[in-house]
Amino acid sequence: MRIRRKRRLLRALRKSRELRCIQDNTRRLRPDDILLVATFRNEKIRLPYFLKYYRDLGVTHFLFIDNDSSDGARSYLEGQADVSLWHTRGSYKKSTFGVDWVNYLLRRYAHGRWVLHVDPDEFFVYPFCDTRPLRALTDWLDTAQIRSFSAMLLDVYPKGPIEEAPYHAGQDPLEIAHWFDSGNYTVTRNNRYGNLWIQGGPRARVFFADRPKLAPALNKTPLVKWHRSYVFVSSSHMLLPRGLNQVYETGGGEKASGILLHTKFLDTFGVKAKEELNRGQHYAGSAEYRAYAESLKNHPELWCKWSEKYINWRQLEILGLMSKGNWA
Amino acid sequence: MSSLGIVMLVHTALDRAEQVVRHWVAAGCPVVLHADRIVDDASFRAFQAAFADEPLVRFSRRHRCEWGTWGIVAASQDASEQMLEAFPDVRHVYLMSGSCLPLRPVEELVDYLADRPETDFIESATTADVPWIVGGLGAERFTLRFPFSWRRHRRLFDGYVNLQRRLKVRRRIPLGLVPHMGSQWWCLTRKTLSAILQSPDRPRYDAYFRRVWIPDESYYQTLARIYSTNIESRSLTLSKFDYQGRPHVFYDDHLPLLRRSDCFVARKIWPQAEKLYQGFLTDAAGAMKRTEPNPGKIDRIFAKAVERRTRGRPGLYMQSRFPRHGVDTASTSAPYAVLQGFTEIFEGFEPWLARATGTRVHGHLFAPERAELAEGQTLAPGCLSDNTELRDYNPEGYLANLIWNTRGERQCFQFGPRDTQKANSFMAGDANAHILVITGAWAVPLFRSDRGFAELRQDAARLQKIETAQLRILRSQWVRARVRVWSLAEFIETPMENLQTVVDDIGTTGASPLNEAPKMVDLEGFGQFLQNLKNEGMHPYLMGDFPVNPASVPTPDRPRRPYLVSKS
Repeated sequence: MRIRRKRRLLRALRKSRELRCIQDNTRRLRPDDILLVATFRNEKIRLPYFLKYYRDLGVTHFLFIDNDSSDGARSYLEGQADVSLWHTRGSYKKSTFGVDWVNYLLRRYAHGRWVLHVDPDEFFVYPFCDTRPLRALTDWLDTAQIRSFSAMLLDVYPKGPIEEAPYHAGQDPLEIAHWFDSGNYTVTRNNRYGNLWIQGGPRARVFFADRPKLAPALNKTPLVKWHRSYVFVSSSHMLLPRGLNQVYETGGGEKASGILLHTKFLDTFGVKAKEELNRGQHYAGSAEYRAYAESLKNHPELWCKWSEKYINWRQLEILGLMSKGNWA
Repeated sequence: MSSLGIVMLVHTALDRAEQVVRHWVAAGCPVVLHADRIVDDASFRAFQAAFADEPLVRFSRRHRCEWGTWGIVAASQDASEQMLEAFPDVRHVYLMSGSCLPLRPVEELVDYLADRPETDFIESATTADVPWIVGGLGAERFTLRFPFSWRRHRRLFDGYVNLQRRLKVRRRIPLGLVPHMGSQWWCLTRKTLSAILQSPDRPRYDAYFRRVWIPDESYYQTLARIYSTNIESRSLTLSKFDYQGRPHVFYDDHLPLLRRSDCFVARKIWPQAEKLYQGFLTDAAGAMKRTEPNPGKIDRIFAKAVERRTRGRPGLYMQSRFPRHGVDTASTSAPYAVLQGFTEIFEGFEPWLARATGTRVHGHLFAPERAELAEGQTLAPGCLSDNTELRDYNPEGYLANLIWNTRGERQCFQFGPRDTQKANSFMAGDANAHILVITGAWAVPLFRSDRGFAELRQDAARLQKIETAQLRILRSQWVRARVRVWSLAEFIETPMENLQTVVDDIGTTGASPLNEAPKMVDLEGFGQFLQNLKNEGMHPYLMGDFPVNPASVPTPDRPRRPYLVSKS
């Protein structure tokens, strides 16, 4: 595993040559900054609300990797003082789905700081997030000597066909997509990396019902107190060293955990799915996107009569999707 | 000047400490400050300068206060001595930290203490009687040596403790000392405090406690027992600890809770909890929009947090709770019943059972065609699908999810050897499972079908094999489920009596007598059917004894009278 980790680090270094810095505000970094790192491609429409959401939570610096967007995201981000931006034409697939780029930037800028690794369609929810800023959480994790914090992906979707309600820039995506599956997730342990492997939700129910094994992984560990020797292995599903994947309790109790509200299913989804399918840059030969493209032809509805309407984190806590652990 | 003196130990968030100090000083209370040596010189000088023209604030000699070591005691000793010397009017000295926040107006505390001039408020209990020791070091804190830092050299610390245990090396506790422990935040009278600090035995005691583990929780607590005349064993400081002995932190959203505390001071406060600092560090009128104290509520919230972290919600499997096999006595969150062989011999059994027991009755949940959810639904609560691929990908998880999603409504489902068997061990090991089996009942549908006999024979052999394997699991020694097994012959001997048992077992609505019975299928010729199987060389044995002579088999023409139990 040590060799695996070193290999990752080397790879990150090699792939770093594909990155070109567009805007470097990292000189402004203070030791107690909370960083957010994200890779995106043609997601400009999502960025305004995304930035607002995380600034309000208490993220103080954004590290963005623009994988050759053509929608003007770059000019939008230029000039924002808490944003550092890199551009790459490199292959998403060949950089282990962006992880190599992320690992490089984190090794360089994040050592000793808390880092949130999310995608532009993911919104981090944690216990007491309505009353306590992110700093309260990281301070607590620091005193409890916890290095990593898990947040499962929870797919949210609209009621009615996906393409029905148009999303516009700056809008809270939860205004459109606020339904979710509350209790159809399966959990198994990945013995190699020690992380849990969670699948289920609407994507398994609708797109992968006949081959649940291929359903996308929902376990994520997006919040980590970074050390330069750490690496993300596959998106933020797994990390090395393996101790960072120990975000769950095996002795019966509950550790604290959060949720990443995954607002993938907006009207932008159809176009995105087609584009990603054509690029073939995603995991397992883009099997996921192939499944979407097929199903989307029939205008599927993800909503069903047992769908829950999202209210707040307390609701997710009660449903058993996340936990306060011993944070009170 | 007030008769209450504050000794405050600070190491971080000096701006907040300054705010609190000003609050005490404004009410006339002198404050002696101890700043940890890790505070860098520049910040310390600025901190000191802030109080340059404040006669009521003094600074004491600085020590390094590493958690669990003598430094904290040394710091409080020096500061207390300085307090007693510099402010002769002080009658009570209150020890607190920089992250403490007064919850009630200072005057109230001063009056409270003035009414009890002889009382020392210090939590102090013998080691045998305290439940809060974390990490297993109770009495051994006083008898072992701890030269290594617990925070920085955990392995050495543990190793050395174990070595001493093995070699049975013991320190001698000084004569006259009975070790006591308690919260390190106390409020002592001048009399007691000066007796402790000026005792001729102090060098001896200090030398001893210097090597005790976490002396700040035992030094004053032990010595006060010698010198105090009137100990009230409780702390005036509200502080709650998590399951590892770390103090819980209070945030803005705790404001209503803290208002209901009956304590004078709370610890610890998150430095950026602006609302708390604003809410409590105001004038007396603003500080207390007096609500009726309700400390129980605070206790409950933090006790629950400990419970959640150590036990969690049984039967829940999620991203941060994934118990090892056997950790929970019950693998699911609520009781449920698994019924095997009933639908085969009773017509309309499912709706009947739902009526008789008030439970949710599913069909064969693990059927090979689809999960037969109650009332023909294709989705269950929580968006569980009836799709077999999804279900069989993780059948144990599927069941655990169903039970979790329907908390509050008891679930029953049918089972049999035709169904997927992957969850059998899971159910057998689950204390919430209630498994009721009529063995061999699977033969009844075969008997009633008009398929070719060769095919039936094959099926019978297969099903019998599966059920036998299942029974082996249900009879193994580690079964936690409640299991009842009848053979088919045994069951139909007294069907109503047995049904009553079933209903009593799984019913939620109190045991009501059965006043309606499901119709049993016609079993005439069943004995002959079994005999035919035997003649073909297949030996059906799970049904029990069925004579070939049909006269002895109960038939629907002569149903037994329902077994009525009258409620007296």
